[in-house]
Amino acid sequence: MTYQIQGEQGTWEVVIGMEVHAQVIAESKLFSGAAASFGAEPNSQVSLVDAAMPGMLPVLNEYCVEQAIRTGLGLNAKINKTSVFERKNYFYPDLPQGYQISQFLHPIVGKGEIEIDLPDGTTKTIGITRLHLEQDAGKSVHDQHPTKSYVDLNRSGCALMEIVSEPDIRSPDEATAYLSKLRMILRYLDTCDGNMEEGSMRADVNISVRKPGAGYGTRCEVKNVNSLKAVQQAIEYEAQRQVEIIEGGGKIDQETRLWDPAKGETRSMRSKEEAHDYRYFPDPDLLPLHLADSWIERVRETLPELPDQKKHRFMKDFGLSAYDANVLIAERARADYFEIVAKGRDGKMAANWVLNELLGALNKDGKSITDSVIAAGQLGALIDLISDNTISGKIAKDVFAEMYKSGKDPAEIVEEKGLKQVTDTGAIEKIVDEVIAENPDNVAAYRSGKDKLFGFFVGQVMKKSQGKANPNIINELLKKKLSL
Amino acid sequence: MTNLTHLTIEQALKGLEKKDFTAVELTQAHIDAMEKFRSLNAYIVETPEIALKQAAESDKRRAGGKAGLIDGIPLGIKDLFCTQGVQTTAASKILEGFKPEYESTVTSNLFRDGAVMLGKTNLDEFAMGSSNTTSAFGNVINPWKRKNDNTDLVPGGSSGGSSAAVAARICMGATGTDTGGSIRQPAAFCGIAGIKPTYGRCSRWGVVAFASSLDQAGPFARTVKDNALLLRSMAGYDPKDSTSADRPVPDYAAAMTGNIKGLKIGVPKEYRVEGMPAEIEKMWQQGIDWLKSAGAEIVDVSLPHTKYALPVYYIIAPAEASSNLARYDGVRYGKRVTGENLKDMYQKTRAQGFGEEVRRRILVGTYVLSAGYYDAYYIKAQRVRRLIYNDFMSAFEKCDVLLTPTAPSAAFAIGENEDDPVKMYLNDVFTVTGNLAGLPGLALPAGLDSQGLPLGLQLLGRPWGEETLFNVAGVIEKAANFTALPASVQKAA
Repeated sequence: MTYQIQGEQGTWEVVIGMEVHAQVIAESKLFSGAAASFGAEPNSQVSLVDAAMPGMLPVLNEYCVEQAIRTGLGLNAKINKTSVFERKNYFYPDLPQGYQISQFLHPIVGKGEIEIDLPDGTTKTIGITRLHLEQDAGKSVHDQHPTKSYVDLNRSGCALMEIVSEPDIRSPDEATAYLSKLRMILRYLDTCDGNMEEGSMRADVNISVRKPGAGYGTRCEVKNVNSLKAVQQAIEYEAQRQVEIIEGGGKIDQETRLWDPAKGETRSMRSKEEAHDYRYFPDPDLLPLHLADSWIERVRETLPELPDQKKHRFMKDFGLSAYDANVLIAERARADYFEIVAKGRDGKMAANWVLNELLGALNKDGKSITDSVIAAGQLGALIDLISDNTISGKIAKDVFAEMYKSGKDPAEIVEEKGLKQVTDTGAIEKIVDEVIAENPDNVAAYRSGKDKLFGFFVGQVMKKSQGKANPNIINELLKKKLSL
Repeated sequence: MTNLTHLTIEQALKGLEKKDFTAVELTQAHIDAMEKFRSLNAYIVETPEIALKQAAESDKRRAGGKAGLIDGIPLGIKDLFCTQGVQTTAASKILEGFKPEYESTVTSNLFRDGAVMLGKTNLDEFAMGSSNTTSAFGNVINPWKRKNDNTDLVPGGSSGGSSAAVAARICMGATGTDTGGSIRQPAAFCGIAGIKPTYGRCSRWGVVAFASSLDQAGPFARTVKDNALLLRSMAGYDPKDSTSADRPVPDYAAAMTGNIKGLKIGVPKEYRVEGMPAEIEKMWQQGIDWLKSAGAEIVDVSLPHTKYALPVYYIIAPAEASSNLARYDGVRYGKRVTGENLKDMYQKTRAQGFGEEVRRRILVGTYVLSAGYYDAYYIKAQRVRRLIYNDFMSAFEKCDVLLTPTAPSAAFAIGENEDDPVKMYLNDVFTVTGNLAGLPGLALPAGLDSQGLPLGLQLLGRPWGEETLFNVAGVIEKAANFTALPASVQKAA
């Protein structure tokens, strides 16, 4: 599935690379002990270091380093045993030090790759160039006062991972698939919550166009792309814009552009000439970071099963389709839930109940699996009741509806409402006999060849048993008695 | 009662212990002396109330048998150390009125051991200078004068307030910081002793940063042993400073056995610089002779990259400073000059807040870090810095300690070297190498020149070789028997 732009002078290919900033899940900031949680009162989580008071020094947060290693391993990437923190110098009110501590020449994580799943069911490998740790900036607020700006330093100094991809992405769909997969991996690893709306995962998109087979064109970096939809739209718009310029005889300027979601367009933020000279140099307050092999191995041992591994295992062990497996692994909590339900039970049946019944109901209410009042063990118990013929599949749906409302155990609901399936052949035979006796005309019609009436008899028996009669026994008895 | 301000720290501690006088009396004597010598401008802020309160607490501790290592000793604190609730300016207008909510690790350590703070001593702005003439709070005047000449002389820099105060007996010791010689050169100019310990020995936490990879705190005092006492309290591992070393602090004074038999003293030939006064050369030779007669072996060594030390220093130090001083932007604390917009505010604040020398170094530092120049200057300087370090390591295969002059001249008059910044930078020629290599360096007075001004000798040691430095310095001190006093101090005594 090739994505191409039809220009007036032929077709064009778009080349995309992504820079994703992911906020690291950690109790405290990258170089200070201040809390890193969200939503606190402005400037309530600011240490002396974060405010860049005179004489304050950064001390590296070991846990943030561990999170970066974990992420690197999750991206199948090389962990660099020596990395260096450098200062990126520029002035801005929400950057108290006058420099951001980042990694430049020697990032903590080197080359890696991830496999993305495309809408047509195919997969593609996207290269990861690097991952480095850096400080987040604070927040400038310009709309609270006509002439003043406010600064909130709560985010100042929080750890970010910048994850840079190779320019391997060729379409808006691939770009969103990349982001989705990256987000899924980060969530599995518990290193970033991946909430693009809250800004804990932000993407800058580098876009250029070229004639298929030609060398790379000049790229523009598009910022402020804060949702999957925005990524899609920004790429479509920007690629089209570049094609029009080139076909019109113009030339693309390497520049930073801003995505305006309201107007649906990108516009110039600053040109290459206006670009800052960041004067990177190694931060003399911090020693180079050396990672012991033993530490990396210890982190590797704590890695959870990653989405792709899980998907293939689900397909193999539970006989699931690729589609069902993909839906189940999309969230770690969902996959974990499914595994509890499926454990020791029929995998396909478990998948059906989780996907069709539970996720169907939750989706309708706009809830996720973690909001479910039905615990995985309870859903498993419901499946057990079907398997051991305590209730029929049909009754099970009613029991499920009740569980979804009350959170009660299925056995309790079955008991309370007397839904236990009747498997006593004598009792069912009695009802079958009654139905046959009450419907002589239909019996005659059936016996004269109207096979379709069989369903009518099953329905009648079910009705009389209030749905509790075992359908297999009904079938068996009816067949026997009607054929007499 | 003897003149309390003329005691050494060692003597004062004995006197306090014997109840010859109280810490309050000792402190009051210094407060009185400070008033007499206010014209030296050694202190930016005097804190007599704090000092007397601390002294009273000290007396209580001593009475209760809980006196610390330097309990009741009144000190001057260089105004580069952040002191909780007491104005800390780095001698810059940009921090005028700034009162930290925190106490630097070094001053905390001193207070933990019972030190009394008399005030914040003057310095070159942000510790950038060798003459204490760049302070926003005025020049510091050296208590020493040339014979029959009333010209005001500089106390050296950047810790000129501290060195002048110790020499003038208006504190018993003081803290300094040394980025390129800022403890050792003023110690030499003021006829006292001072040590810059190994990089990482004293925490930089709470010290206003100049050049992070070179800055190191250390003490000033009138004797070598007093320095040993003060450094023991100041030093120590601090988890808040990632560059501080996690190793135990020895009892430096105990290392002063006076026995240096068989110790090898290196004399680097490259330190015989052109234009160095013959008197300094003579003093150096005198030092060599003293050590020889004490049983040490003299070894000629070579430090071939010495000639690059000054240019390397004047690339690395301003580069780091240009970044370290970016935080003084008028946004959160200190001086703010309002402007028409953000950029205008930054420009006005920094143009009016920083003095000329600081602005010059920020410009130099910004330049050497710029795209296109970074490799040619900063990267190359870092490479040469490594070579300078290697020079020392090879020299220390042949010797245990290096002996050199501290500065290429005695104290000069205010304004004398100001026409040419490069000439001023030459003051640091013997001291910057120690900072670039991270080595400990101790300066002590060795005699007077023909004009009656003190001249100093410097000892450079291996990393963590402070104990050897103190021991050798003790031997020189004894041989030199430097007892001269500035005339004004003698008169006041």
